Amino acid sequence: MSTKNEAVKALQKRKKEVLEQWMKNQLQDEGLRNNLISDEDQQQTSDELLNLLIDALNDSSIEDAHSRDFEKVLDVLSGISISRAKQGFSPRETGVYIFGLKEALLTTLQKDIKDPAQLYSESLKLSKLLDNFAISSFETFIKGREEVILRQTDEITEISTPVIHVWDGVLAMPIIGTLDSARTQIVMENLLQEIVETGSSIAILDISGVPAVDSLVAQHLIKTVSATRLMGAECIISGIRPEIAQTVVHLGIDLSTIITKATLASALKTAFSMLQLEVTKKSKSNLLQQSNR
Amino acid sequence: MDKIPILKMSDFLLVTIQVDLYDQLAENLESDLINMVKKYNSHGVLIDISAVSIIDSFMGRILGNIAMMSKILDAETVVVGMQPAVAITLIELGLPLKGVHSALNVEKGMALLRSKIHNIEQDTLTDDSSTE
Repeated sequence: MSTKNEAVKALQKRKKEVLEQWMKNQLQDEGLRNNLISDEDQQQTSDELLNLLIDALNDSSIEDAHSRDFEKVLDVLSGISISRAKQGFSPRETGVYIFGLKEALLTTLQKDIKDPAQLYSESLKLSKLLDNFAISSFETFIKGREEVILRQTDEITEISTPVIHVWDGVLAMPIIGTLDSARTQIVMENLLQEIVETGSSIAILDISGVPAVDSLVAQHLIKTVSATRLMGAECIISGIRPEIAQTVVHLGIDLSTIITKATLASALKTAFSMLQLEVTKKSKSNLLQQSNR
Repeated sequence: MDKIPILKMSDFLLVTIQVDLYDQLAENLESDLINMVKKYNSHGVLIDISAVSIIDSFMGRILGNIAMMSKILDAETVVVGMQPAVAITLIELGLPLKGVHSALNVEKGMALLRSKIHNIEQDTLTDDSSTE
């Protein structure tokens, strides 16, 4: 064996062939969708990845996938996986992409190394290396997907806690979905922030969209009400369904310190009377006078 | 030694806390305030904590103490401008500040104090008339 590894030498020499072979492998695959990424883009990223890989290959690094020489390769690889995850590629497609490179490398190797024993040992090293890359690319692929999921979760919590300005000095907050600790925190923060910003003195918390109230949820509600009171505003809980009233009483939760109403309408009525406002029907004579004007 | 100024405005005492309170400062405030209530025979104390971003359990207790002591001296206490984060912290600490009235801002706090004192005066007046 010469000072330089035969396989490394062969691959450096035949870089172009490897790339061609790799692109051919990719195009052969029936599952590949070319509507997600253009052929030129594909060619460019593949070329970049291959160049980095072959530059990083040397006598020692070929045996150790965790070698520092591969840092750049792994960076590019994880970039590709993450962008593919976001573009909506399936994990299979990303896997085929990496294994296509392995196949191309091994085929090229066959052309240069004629001694079967040597070919076998070099192929083994190379496939081990590529397998490692494939695993790490899967890891980053999944991480990319998880980021998407996390972002969506954040968005859902953001969307599902709107604060509505119902009247001058009256805020309403319909809660939809289960109230857990994390959401209560967001609900509380949003509500209190809005109270400060609008200077509203009454907040209505509508829980008609909450599927079930257990002792923990009730605890969260009580906390929210106490916090609003500390700020100097009053909090009314509305939209309590009969089943919820039943469970609350069965669980022995004391809600007597909180103003509770069955519907949003009656909560609003209470709010009006607290603000000393009155809703009156226009009398007919008034209406006539207005229309005559 | 730092001191938190206490302003007298007709029947009320005004305190605006503009620095983060440390324990000694809070204790001094408590005793100063109670002395002032006695000295001017005030009927209301308004504490503005809109600039306070951190309140711990000790500070919560001091606020509760001030309210209770003032009550004994026949003065109502209103805390105004509490920040959302502070309110959440106090609730998480299990300190709902019983005996302390709250209001969103100084304006509403003054209105609250006035209505409370007005009520008390009316009560005493009616009491007087009934005894006569």
